[in-house]
Amino acid sequence: MSDDHEHGHEHDHDDHAPITDGGEPTAAARVRAIEALLVERGLISREDVRRGIDWLVSRSPADGARIVARAWVDPEFKQRLLADAREAALELGLDPGPSPVVVAVENTDDVHHMVVCTLCSCYPRNLLGPPPDWYKSLPYRSRAVSDPRGVLAEFGVELDDGVELRVLDSTADVRYLVLPRRPEGTNDLDEGELAALVSRDSMIGVAVPQAPAAV
Amino acid sequence: MTFEVGQRVRVRAREHRGHHRTPGYLKGRTGTIERYHGTFTNPETRAYGESGLPEKALYLVRFDEDDRIYADVYEHWLEAE
Amino acid sequence: MERAVHDRGGWPTDEPIDRREHELADWELLTDALFGACARAGLMNVDELRRSIESMPREQYEHAAYYERWAFSIEQVLTEKGVIATGEVDARL
Repeated sequence: MSDDHEHGHEHDHDDHAPITDGGEPTAAARVRAIEALLVERGLISREDVRRGIDWLVSRSPADGARIVARAWVDPEFKQRLLADAREAALELGLDPGPSPVVVAVENTDDVHHMVVCTLCSCYPRNLLGPPPDWYKSLPYRSRAVSDPRGVLAEFGVELDDGVELRVLDSTADVRYLVLPRRPEGTNDLDEGELAALVSRDSMIGVAVPQAPAAV
Repeated sequence: MTFEVGQRVRVRAREHRGHHRTPGYLKGRTGTIERYHGTFTNPETRAYGESGLPEKALYLVRFDEDDRIYADVYEHWLEAE
Repeated sequence: MERAVHDRGGWPTDEPIDRREHELADWELLTDALFGACARAGLMNVDELRRSIESMPREQYEHAAYYERWAFSIEQVLTEKGVIATGEVDARL
């Protein structure tokens, strides 16, 4: 079994690939063999697998950011979002995915939310793309519920005194999306500019959007 | 079993060797029903090739610790406090 | 009460959170999409996927990459159900 903590290696796309160490793990050859077997037997089609890959690579946090930006500028949309995030996403022409329930939770002056899946990696993929490695990691899954403020500190977030921290553990088929606070000093920005301020991490709850000047 | 928003509940502390979605750190803890999500197929049976029917009610439960933890817990893992 | 290996909430750890990220490799995208295709074909479901991942021996689970767990699970469930025969995958490698 390949060691997924190795550093450096030949990954085509970037320097931060902890998974492979120069080649592919044996799992790669096994899944290719399984795919071939299933296709040969007519149980699945190569085209369906290809569509799944295309779908996955097309997912990104930009969709979630559009929802957040719209909620920031349109208070009635925000209420609809908080009541039923699935429907709100559909309203914007987005695909909230097969999860029957997606819930948006709002960060305010008094409350900050953070999301984890301690049991595996449940995540609103349709709206944010695949989760980052750290979200799926054992330390995050462990400490998000036992030491959330320590985890936030590792991410560079320190909550003001009196702000209530709420950690949501996605233990079932409901997916949670954090609606982060709109930063101060953004009244002149249009929806697209606002969306650009919304990072994936802020929709998980481990980052806070910043106004452009405040870097 | 049905529960009302605001009701105090305890997560059953029973051992369950098969697949289930109630995390160990919450077993035996007392919380408050925050939200009712509706019903969903039962992962405990669906994980073994069964249909997952009848569906089970799922609740968002709030646990008051130093910081608040919220988790989705199925009805059959909860009992009135 | 003993915890299953996947049940990590509150598990004692001093390990810092490694925030490095990586773009999914081709085989990882394939694994993800393969599960989706199997699910749509009625060959397995997400609860079975999770259940099988949770059955990994502890050492293996804790050192496997995320999609290695999926690959293990897909193979195990399909073999269990007789969709693929034991040894068939090995014969192809």
